[in-house]
Amino acid sequence: MGKEIERAGFPVVVMCNLIDVAKTVGSNRMVQTVSVPYPLGDPDMSPEDDWALRKHRVEVALNSLATEVDEPTVFPTKI
Amino acid sequence: MTKKAIHYINQFFGQVGGEEAADSKPIFHSELVGCSNMLNQMMPDVEVTHTIVCGDNYVTNHTDVALEEILGWLEKQEFDLFFAGPAFMAGRYGVGCGLVCKAVKERFDVPVITSMNEENPGVEQFKTEAYVFQGGRKATFMKDDMEKMAAFAQKIVKGEDLKPAAEEGYFPRGVRFEIPHPEGTMAADRVIDMLVKKLNGEKFLSELVIPKMDKIPPAPAVKDLSKMKIALVSSSGVVPVENPDRIQSASATKWGKYDISKLDKLPQGVFKTIHAGFDPAAMCAVPDRGIPVDAMRFWEKEGKFGKLHDYFYVTVGTGTTQAYAAKFGREIAADLKEAGVDAVVLTST
Repeated sequence: MGKEIERAGFPVVVMCNLIDVAKTVGSNRMVQTVSVPYPLGDPDMSPEDDWALRKHRVEVALNSLATEVDEPTVFPTKI
Repeated sequence: MTKKAIHYINQFFGQVGGEEAADSKPIFHSELVGCSNMLNQMMPDVEVTHTIVCGDNYVTNHTDVALEEILGWLEKQEFDLFFAGPAFMAGRYGVGCGLVCKAVKERFDVPVITSMNEENPGVEQFKTEAYVFQGGRKATFMKDDMEKMAAFAQKIVKGEDLKPAAEEGYFPRGVRFEIPHPEGTMAADRVIDMLVKKLNGEKFLSELVIPKMDKIPPAPAVKDLSKMKIALVSSSGVVPVENPDRIQSASATKWGKYDISKLDKLPQGVFKTIHAGFDPAAMCAVPDRGIPVDAMRFWEKEGKFGKLHDYFYVTVGTGTTQAYAAKFGREIAADLKEAGVDAVVLTST
């Protein structure tokens, strides 16, 4: 799905847990998420930490859209 | 009871003329023309009632008008099946057959059957839209190619079990059906057999063939993030709680588009995930964990990027075939283009 959107000319950042799958299907900008059932958050964290994590990973994703890449690239996250 | 079929062919096989007649408009014959007669004779339980003849250039260059004429005429007919071609290696003919088959399938939801050579560009474009049988390179294969189409139509009307694409002889449509193993061999036994073959360097056939990937180069980065309109797209299955578009929980065949222009987050109880591929509790509790509207709003207000697109787009990723996923991607991309979106954040599970 992301590939067809990118083929149409949009830069796409894929946020997912299984980075290898994203690479196999041809994603070019990737940010890893926490898990499959809760990609951007963690029910074991406090609501504040859950929010901080989501905010941070979305920021990394946004930055990736403004970054030129010439091959499939995983953008690292801190939280 | 005999079923009825209508057959589409081009100007050449429809005896209008060659290249000079390729601009000819659709002609509707109630007396069968040319190869339609042969097709008709091949099927004891199907009667071909009409032949539609249309120029290849006309249908490929004036597609909307041509399809409107053809569909408009078909509205007044009774038919249970639709045939087009065979188109062999003739590119425009193949694309024409594909265009007509796709439109007929969408409007009337009847089985649509055509045939093309693997090199015909119509195959790649339409193999997921119709039964495109693997045909010969040129018209000397007319009889062989039609026999395949006819035999398959006979199976459909008699309600016989349809086999996978490779066995029936058409190009895989990217559709999966579950069937019990014919010999009753358990999955565990089958997978061990495959593993042993793999270890021995022998050939084996996967039951879940992953189509080959084509790579696309990365799109250029956006120049000034603070001016950009960004859309959220997701395969997480987060939808309004009533799931208004009835998106399937697995093996989705559709996507939805939902208004978030007045929302700063996706509230629990208003949105939920219908994804059947994982425990939905954590995402239902905080739907933003699947589609981060709250974090996007935050960064939008911070001025990090220009504007969050007023809608998010979503489907369910589990069991969904690549053919459907690609189709969703193309459809969503067209919508994004119209909305003036610059870039996409796609969350998947």
